[in-house]
Amino acid sequence: MDGDSLYDSLIVRRAREPHHAGELADATAQAAGNNPLCGDRVALGVRVDGGRIAAARHVTKGCAICAASADLMAGSIEGRTLSEALDMAGRFHHMLGNGSAVELNDLPESMAAFLPLKTHRSRLRCATLPWTALEEALGHD
Amino acid sequence: MMGDTTLDTKNTADLSHLRAQFPILSETVHGKPLVFLDSAASAQKPDAVIDAMSTMMRTQYANIHRGLHWMSERATEAYEIARSRVATLLGANAREEIVFTRNSTEAINLVAYSYGSLLKPGQVVLISEMEHHSNIVPWQLLRDRLGVELRVAPVTDDGDLDIEAYGDLLSDGKVALVAITHMSNVLGTVTPARRLADMAHAAGAKILFDGSQAVVHRRVNVRALDADFYVFTGHKLYGPSGIGALWARRELLEEMPPFMGGGDMISTVTFEHSTWAPPPAKFEAGTPAIVEAVGLGAAIDWVEGVGFDAISAHETALTAHALRVLPEVPGLKIVGRPADRGGVVSFTMEDVHPHDIATLLDRNGIAVRAGHHCAEPLMRRLGLNATARASFGVYTTEAEITVLAETLTRVRSFFV
Repeated sequence: MDGDSLYDSLIVRRAREPHHAGELADATAQAAGNNPLCGDRVALGVRVDGGRIAAARHVTKGCAICAASADLMAGSIEGRTLSEALDMAGRFHHMLGNGSAVELNDLPESMAAFLPLKTHRSRLRCATLPWTALEEALGHD
Repeated sequence: MMGDTTLDTKNTADLSHLRAQFPILSETVHGKPLVFLDSAASAQKPDAVIDAMSTMMRTQYANIHRGLHWMSERATEAYEIARSRVATLLGANAREEIVFTRNSTEAINLVAYSYGSLLKPGQVVLISEMEHHSNIVPWQLLRDRLGVELRVAPVTDDGDLDIEAYGDLLSDGKVALVAITHMSNVLGTVTPARRLADMAHAAGAKILFDGSQAVVHRRVNVRALDADFYVFTGHKLYGPSGIGALWARRELLEEMPPFMGGGDMISTVTFEHSTWAPPPAKFEAGTPAIVEAVGLGAAIDWVEGVGFDAISAHETALTAHALRVLPEVPGLKIVGRPADRGGVVSFTMEDVHPHDIATLLDRNGIAVRAGHHCAEPLMRRLGLNATARASFGVYTTEAEITVLAETLTRVRSFFV
């Protein structure tokens, strides 16, 4: 249907069947992202082990874009160092802000699924909310 | 202008003629004809309003209540005629009982600040669970400033006010003021206003109605409701944004201290002491929204020309149609089943978030609202984070609601 280009099949799939949903019992850092405008909430838990993110899980109450973004983010930051993860967060924000495909080169390919949002600005924050929560969990704002 | 002939909105030709008076309805969105189902957030404007404001600025504009020159006199007259229109709309005893504000929010804040300052610590303000944030937060500010108590009357699972609980909350005689919606912006619930007023008065309380939604959909008469305060906003009533009104009984306005200080609201000013102009000027400091007031007056004229009987019959038919076709959409649930409702229908869809619904509808030319509708406590009461909401105006057609239902079915199959 019209408008479905905003919803890459990856987004629809991950929103429906997330790979990284749930609570992380032994999380070493947690943060909740909250969009007061729409009520979307992302509760993020990460376990940092030896300077690297060993595991990341999210509990998302929100739209398909927010849920898929949280899930793809959780998957993409596992195994990364804290500074790598924060760098990814910065690139993601920039990609959807004023950035170009350059930022995308250094992000996992899956993140391209969110590029159509650049022309639908009222939904940008749905995609960036999980990354904002990550920055908060890692003590960077 | 509709003149004095009332409209038969069941008549397709009449409705097309009415729609033709709203220039925006011929716009397209993402290449689709606009289906505007977000009138409860803000309604579209007819030519009569656009032209009145444009003419005012082109030919009559000057500041009001100040100049001794002809243009100022004319502008003052136009502004005061608009006040009379509001007084007639609400069935007020006198035009002096109408205070122009920016919107309903400002009107409620005015009452909370000014009338609220006359309350004593320990007295109670009673609101309901289905209030818009604009009828919650000003009272919280008053509570924190003055030490009054804030009580909340619950709603039933159907989305009606729980009258028994309302009565219980009034029963200790401590409630000084009830502030409650006349029609919910989320559920469409029309509250039994006269009954609420009678119960409030029997308990020694005054009552304020937030009429932001109600005033659009049916004839409101503040005397028949036995209200003490009534607020509404212009932009939902087919008028411009930036203008709303507070109606209050004259004796209350006389007793209340000013809300803001400045020009136009004084009688005399010295550095030692100032005295206040009588109401409503006492509450209208500074140059007001002159052009917007004229636009609101034109909107009221236009609405009265269409006729509230026709408007309310049309919207009742639209709502009945929506309540028939929307539940046929797979996974769709209507939120609330109030006994008396206006043209606002909130719904959720299993496995599809309201924002995703709204985005895909938008891409198909259909504007609805999605989110918590500035009523977070009500959402929590209903166990929801968000809903999608379709709301109807005088220009809405049954065909548009049918298109909504058909498109929702496609939205559902896209996500599930």
